[in-house]
Amino acid sequence: MSFDHLRATYFEESAELLESAYAQLSALAEDRADGDTMHALFRAIHSIKGGGGAFGFTRLVGLAHVMETLLDHLRDGSLASTPDRMALLLKATDALADLLGAEQRDEAMPEGFEKGLIAALAAVVESPGRAMKTGLPATALTPAATDGAGWRIIFRPHAALFRHANEPLLLIRALRALGPVSVSVDLGRLPGLEVLEPEDACLAWTLDLAAPVPRAEVEEIFEFVVDECDLTIEPLGRTVTEAVDAPSDAPPMAAAPTAVPRTEQAAAVQSVRVDVAKVDRLVNLVGELVINQAMLVQIGNAVPPEACPGLVAGLETLSQHLRELQEGVMAIRTQPVKSVFSRMPRLVRELSAQLGKDVRLVVTGEATEIDKTVVEQLADPLTHLLRNALDHGVETPEVREAAGKPRQGTVHLSAEQRGGRILIELSDDGRGIDRARVLARAKERGIVAPDAVLTDNEVDELIFMPGFSTAAVVSAVSGRGVGMDVVRRNIQSLGGRIAVESRFGQGSRFVLSLPLTLAVLDGLVVSVGREAYILPIASIVESLRPRPQDIHDVVGRGQVLSIRGAYIPLLALHRAFGVADAVLDPSRGIVVIAETDHAGRVGLLVDDLVGQHQVVVKSMEGNYGRIPGIGGATILGNGRVALILDVAGLAETTDRGAATRHAPPAAAVLH
Amino acid sequence: MSVLATRPDSGPSATAEAQYVTCTLGDAEYGIDILSVREIKGWSETTALPHAPDWVRGVINLRGTIVPILDLRARFGLGLTATTAMHVVVIIQTATRMAGLLVDGVSDIIAVAAEEVRAVPEIGTSVPERLLAGLIPREGGMVSLVSLDNLLNLPDAETTPAQ
Repeated sequence: MSFDHLRATYFEESAELLESAYAQLSALAEDRADGDTMHALFRAIHSIKGGGGAFGFTRLVGLAHVMETLLDHLRDGSLASTPDRMALLLKATDALADLLGAEQRDEAMPEGFEKGLIAALAAVVESPGRAMKTGLPATALTPAATDGAGWRIIFRPHAALFRHANEPLLLIRALRALGPVSVSVDLGRLPGLEVLEPEDACLAWTLDLAAPVPRAEVEEIFEFVVDECDLTIEPLGRTVTEAVDAPSDAPPMAAAPTAVPRTEQAAAVQSVRVDVAKVDRLVNLVGELVINQAMLVQIGNAVPPEACPGLVAGLETLSQHLRELQEGVMAIRTQPVKSVFSRMPRLVRELSAQLGKDVRLVVTGEATEIDKTVVEQLADPLTHLLRNALDHGVETPEVREAAGKPRQGTVHLSAEQRGGRILIELSDDGRGIDRARVLARAKERGIVAPDAVLTDNEVDELIFMPGFSTAAVVSAVSGRGVGMDVVRRNIQSLGGRIAVESRFGQGSRFVLSLPLTLAVLDGLVVSVGREAYILPIASIVESLRPRPQDIHDVVGRGQVLSIRGAYIPLLALHRAFGVADAVLDPSRGIVVIAETDHAGRVGLLVDDLVGQHQVVVKSMEGNYGRIPGIGGATILGNGRVALILDVAGLAETTDRGAATRHAPPAAAVLH
Repeated sequence: MSVLATRPDSGPSATAEAQYVTCTLGDAEYGIDILSVREIKGWSETTALPHAPDWVRGVINLRGTIVPILDLRARFGLGLTATTAMHVVVIIQTATRMAGLLVDGVSDIIAVAAEEVRAVPEIGTSVPERLLAGLIPREGGMVSLVSLDNLLNLPDAETTPAQ
């Protein structure tokens, strides 16, 4: 394992530890804490510090160290956890995250960046409350600590100790740094050679430390193994009888650990760190299998059933297993949305401080799982929406009070799975969308006609229009030139949709609907000339064969289809892609009506519908490049490549070329 | 991939002698660096790509990977190849991309010392010079070395107007 690799692993793990630290902090803040919360928080910070020390990140270690000291006091009760102290810890965790990020990018945070925080943390630790530390626990410890003899530590590792990368020798050495240690080993649990599991920890030790050190120093050494061993620490010289008892204790001890580590092991094995590339290779392979199976089914259909009995049933079972295998493999790629949700509380904290607002963020459903790629690409749009909610949505405490609302605004961020999609909702109880103002601005910018009459929903939708810049309400927080149209585009590029609901004066609600995975999609196979294309089912509204009288020519806009009183622009695929031998007359082909978020509904003229398939999406960009109107490619049952249409992109590109649409493309051979 | 990753170390500059797969377009012979050649297969029907230059014949499924097929003859401005089952596709892999080159046939593998490779003259070839990396005089003719990097520098479909 190279150094770079170790470094990468450290940052990866630190990110997870930070995530856990934030989770514990919010549990503490919301009074959901239990006895483990503070310990888990301490361990997270301690582990970040430990790793950071190994890589020589001294500033990070310095900060983590004072945090750890404070946490230590908080968890042993010598300092009470007050909201102030929690806020300070939150700030310190933010700073720790910044320092980590800087190290990861090989940059340095400005000199003195963490100085103030370290001072504040140290001040809390040294505060009068700390007197309790020497007061209260000392009474319990004094007799032991002052009898001066030292400590007897009985250390019985559970069998799984080594598997969690712990080494008793290092602990014993660390103990020796505190003072002279005499060690006796207990071989009671050592099985015979023939049944010895070399990776199990079978030995137990009795360690007599002859040094009058505080009990806490001994405990610190065993900090990381405390959950993986039976540990007794008692003052030396008082435990003669117990020490004698120990050997007779051994058989039950040997039995007990088998019960305890089992559950612990199960907990540890629950997650495996796997390189995404490996998972992707599996996903690809399964994709190949699916294609292969489709080919087999095609061949199987050509064989008369009596010639090969059992073939049909066998293929049927194969398909079922494959579907399960595919779902299983896809599930590996999924990740809880927590990893992106957990970044939001900090954003809310910082923004509300900056904007002088009091906002509470409530997060639910963060365990909902979604494709890793989707999770990663959610961060930007979510950040943007949240910024908007805080900047434009939630009012200042004074305004809220005047409007009869609680001073503190609430932003709710939730995720849930519904059917084959994930719904992410962001709602606030702020002022909502001011429709009159939105409409006025849209008219001003020429996005809608001056005399247009729009429904409330249509007005709300206007905020997603490109060019609907909120220039008049630009602030340092939002309005950095990234509009809601970009948010919508980001979501669309993930195969998702975004909708808004708003009630003026009561708040807004944004709903993001995202596919579970980007790797497979349900597609409708359509034929155009000799080519086959895939249309994502999600975007299809209906398909029909139009009557000749429903097709109208519109000057400069090509053809439109009138359907139930509405006019839908027709887009002939053969013309857009220059395909020869296609059906040219719309009333002889099929029009598939698809929904796009930008261009509304469009009718795609194709020759025929071939069938519906679940297809594995493959990127074209690696070996070729982006093609406008094409979202990717897949491989059909016959082994041939079919292109997946990107309807929104298609509508856009043909819109651009609307003026020249009627000129036959030079490459197309028209007979 | 790991095989390819070692390529820069063992490339022509490191050894005095390099090997080339020679393939034919009509009477002309072209050389392709053997270390870039992944496999050689027969011509199969492609799926056409919209908005692509005519020398991009489309894409094929190569065991699950989508590979674009370039008509070498058309790329050199010598007209489209009239494909038959006898035509050959040389699958090449560079550091970033994989593609298939449609040629008439593959004839030989030649070993050439680095000093035998001549620079491409400024004028006098019918092929756009950037696409050739050098010329190797042979008995009774000449082999033109194909510059794969320039050849695979595909136009991004978005920046190229549709044909």
